[in-house]
Amino acid sequence: MAVNKDSNAYTVTFAVILVIVVGGLLAFISNGLKPLQDKNLKNEKKQYILNCLPGNKSISRDQAGTEFANFVKERVILNYNGEELDNTFMSSDQLLDDKNPNDAFSIDLLKEYKTISKKEERNYPLFICQVDGEKYYVAPVMGKGLWAAVWGYIALDEKGEKIAGAVFDHKSETPGLGAEISQDFFEDQFVGKLISNESGYKAIEVNKPGSPLNDYQVDGISGGTFTSVGVEEMMERTLSVYQKYIKNLNRS
Amino acid sequence: MAEETVIVEEKKEVREREPLFSKKNKKLITDPLDENNPVTIQVLGICSALAVTVQMKAAVVMSISVLFVLLMANISVSLMRNLIPNRIRIIVQLVVVASLVIIVDQVLKAYLYDVSKELSVFVGLIITNCIIMGRLEAFALGNKVWPSTLDALGNSIGYAMVLVVVSFFKELFGSGKLFGMEIFGNATEGTGLYAMGYMDNGLMLLPPSSLIIVAIYIWVQKMRNPNLIETH
Repeated sequence: MAVNKDSNAYTVTFAVILVIVVGGLLAFISNGLKPLQDKNLKNEKKQYILNCLPGNKSISRDQAGTEFANFVKERVILNYNGEELDNTFMSSDQLLDDKNPNDAFSIDLLKEYKTISKKEERNYPLFICQVDGEKYYVAPVMGKGLWAAVWGYIALDEKGEKIAGAVFDHKSETPGLGAEISQDFFEDQFVGKLISNESGYKAIEVNKPGSPLNDYQVDGISGGTFTSVGVEEMMERTLSVYQKYIKNLNRS
Repeated sequence: MAEETVIVEEKKEVREREPLFSKKNKKLITDPLDENNPVTIQVLGICSALAVTVQMKAAVVMSISVLFVLLMANISVSLMRNLIPNRIRIIVQLVVVASLVIIVDQVLKAYLYDVSKELSVFVGLIITNCIIMGRLEAFALGNKVWPSTLDALGNSIGYAMVLVVVSFFKELFGSGKLFGMEIFGNATEGTGLYAMGYMDNGLMLLPPSSLIIVAIYIWVQKMRNPNLIETH
């Protein structure tokens, strides 16, 4: 080729062609893989919800995708006062639609946590589930750990007073320390703990490990203090809303 | 040291066909494993060796991702080596590496979702892995496709070796596990070694312990191979 490779024209042309080719390739790949990635995200959310129900810990992500409707009978979005928002109550006959803002399944808690600073203005989705004839309320919680977001799904019993199961996960907590919140030994401690006493709502405390525990306390992670504090904070902030709703529901 | 690698001359007229695995080519693979290891001798790519070595599984996946990116980048840059304008060659390399990394990230998210969650930001950080840009600049730009392929394989395997060794010690002594399997017993239930009062070393889970292990690795390596000892 008798082209001057040092000329400006050649350099610019090369850069333009390279960028167009690479950009096209990436757009093509990203578009092609999008449906699979979305499915993974959706199934993961379903898996969280099913995993926190009693006896369902081992459900895999793919199973969760198909089994979801067998467990989750109703879903609803609440406001901060624990009241149902209009048109958001849906039964399992209505297919999940993550484009419909009235569908509890579509609520992106992380996005709301980041963009809506007032907890009073956020949405509170709730999943009402049935396992072996027992009714459970699955409440999502979202907060922050040491490095980034931590979140969880808490199953409450029919009265809204006792925790029947919990799963936690995190974006990027330190492996071996804060990241341990997603391990069974941490999650299983919450089973049977109470969130209510005679005077009303009482938050769960995540303590320094080692001290004796009562019905409102669990062991935190040694070396993962910030993450443990994050777990405590997000549960304290959110669960009261759901408890209000469940109590009102049982009263009427 | 990296520049020592022999540049294959391009003689169009009397070119003897080199055997695929000639002595020279074999050296391209074996050199980076020991005498010219990218991590322990050239001290490149050390950042990810510190950060993704807490669990062996993550370290292995990271190594495979780096192998893929380095291989494809070396091949594509080597293919384009006569076309790339000299003045923007670093940018071109960067574009090639960055797009490959995005592809790896997207594919992991679609097909190996759990792994991609575990590696999270570190996949993106492959872009900044000095080994990759180093090999592109020092080797692929001046060599044909086949030697570049071997060079990429050699260097990424050399990198993988260090990562696997470091993560082996970190996971074993940091959490008593290997590939997530309990080796020393269960710490929370106090079985196995833990019953006798053994405790995991929390420092092993943090990045500084990698520095210590890498340093010991270099020490052992130089003890076994006196050629590597610097004289000045």
